[in-house]
Amino acid sequence: MSFLRIENASKAYTSGGQRTEVLDNIQLDIAEGEFVAIVGFSGAGKSTLINFFSGLVSPDSGSVTLEGKPIEGPGPDRGLIFQNYSLLPWLTVYENIALAVDHLFPDWPATKRREHIERHIAMVKLTRARDKKPHELSGGMRQRVSIARTLATSPRILLMDEPFGALDALTRGELQQETLQIWEQDKRTVVLITNDPDEAILMADRVIPLTPGPRATLGPAIPITLPRPRIRAELSTNPEFKRLRAQVIDYLLEAAGSQKTTITRSLVLPDIEPEDLTRKSIFIGRRRPVRRSEIKTETVET
Amino acid sequence: MKSFRFDWLVLPLIGLLIVLAGWQMIAGKKIVSTDEEGNIISEERVGLVPALPDIRDTWEASRPYIVEPMAKRGELDQGMLRFTFMSLGLVAVGYAIALAIGVPIGFFLGLSPVFTKMFDPIIQVLRPVSPLAWLPLGYIIFMEAGRDTGTLAALFTIAVCSMWPTVLNTAVGVRAVPQDYLNVGRVLKLSRTKMLFKILIPATLPYMFTGFRLSLGIAWLVIVAAEMLTGRPGVGGFLWQEYNSLIYEHIILSIITIGLVGFILDRLMSVVEKRFKTA
Repeated sequence: MSFLRIENASKAYTSGGQRTEVLDNIQLDIAEGEFVAIVGFSGAGKSTLINFFSGLVSPDSGSVTLEGKPIEGPGPDRGLIFQNYSLLPWLTVYENIALAVDHLFPDWPATKRREHIERHIAMVKLTRARDKKPHELSGGMRQRVSIARTLATSPRILLMDEPFGALDALTRGELQQETLQIWEQDKRTVVLITNDPDEAILMADRVIPLTPGPRATLGPAIPITLPRPRIRAELSTNPEFKRLRAQVIDYLLEAAGSQKTTITRSLVLPDIEPEDLTRKSIFIGRRRPVRRSEIKTETVET
Repeated sequence: MKSFRFDWLVLPLIGLLIVLAGWQMIAGKKIVSTDEEGNIISEERVGLVPALPDIRDTWEASRPYIVEPMAKRGELDQGMLRFTFMSLGLVAVGYAIALAIGVPIGFFLGLSPVFTKMFDPIIQVLRPVSPLAWLPLGYIIFMEAGRDTGTLAALFTIAVCSMWPTVLNTAVGVRAVPQDYLNVGRVLKLSRTKMLFKILIPATLPYMFTGFRLSLGIAWLVIVAAEMLTGRPGVGGFLWQEYNSLIYEHIILSIITIGLVGFILDRLMSVVEKRFKTA
């Protein structure tokens, strides 16, 4: 029996009377302790997909199960690391983590809770920023807090929704490496959503491409057999890494290419000959252009 | 540093001088004609607005009220600071009532679209009603209270009029709480009360304090009207009494006092408000 499973799930959003089918026919099986990365274009519905697991979004059809039991609503057993960190700005680093820990482990003695929080702050190397508010921290540090907060709740599954997407390249690499190191210690189940094939291959056991939307669906899984621990700097010259990278990118680009659609839109062309400034206007008002704008329609292939 | 002084000290002083000069120009001056023995034959006031006292007369008449700010010579003849404290006391109670009622209403409006659809139209209609219109209603409601009727009616008017900015800002603040903060609570499975006290209220506080500041400004506006109509001792009551006693200098003294107190209250609240601004 698989650990985490999505079966035949689909999701559509309706806004302004227009229905957009975001995800279609999603099949996914994740084993316990597996690190799975889902790679796709921006706007393909990746966040919707991971929120099937977190329980913040439920599919229109199909099922999402954890150990055979359907997932209904969010819960702390599935720790979610948000794309935009989602720290509470009026709390310090310590208090942000304490909010989660105090709520989830009310039976622990206060000293044990405090020690637990301090340990997780140290794990992401933020001991010195312990009493700072989020607005005093850099983006990378904020995401560290978010990671520490989620890990401190001891979730069975770690859900990461483009966790490093908003960071600069150097910080991103650093955090990827550190996250991997932390993961190596207990090898929890992780689902990582990303738009960066390199990140997916560096971190995951299995990379699954998500075709571009609308009606996005998962492509064939690509197993990553690169030995662990993986070091980012060494991988860039590794021929196997290069091959995998090409495979992921080729698949995604090909999927994007086969999704050609045409859009017909009407557009207003600008005034072709501008107004005649030498002619005096008799009445107050603007001089008419010699040739007015015209409305045309055009068909574009995307 | 020099330009700082110029901007914050010299320019406001120049502005003040211009206004004072304008006042002095239109104010009426007393012309006293006497005969050879120094007896007053006639006394008349001349000027663009003859009845308006000029700066010197105003200062002369106001001096006892400023120099002895806590003096009490009679029910409606007390030092300005003493009057101010009386007015502030009443405002404090009415304002507290306004916040105690306004914040929960704001939360209901922000949280429940049904509640908003039910009550928003009524709020929008009641909001622009003048304090002068609420006061008589207050008298009717608290008619049975005997000697306290005036006080209760004034409190009622202050509370009803100053409540709206708090109600509306709280509602806007609750609606503006980012979904991400709520998701943090949902993932942790916080209970409804914990969600309210740990996430919703702290996230709304900056908006609430903007509402509190605007409400305090209105409460101070209303107190003057309420005191004028109820005849309670206080800055507004004093103003109205001195108008009836034809001591026009004291009207100007009262106006300046009301303005300064309102300004100080607003400054104090904006300091508090800034403390709660979370980046």
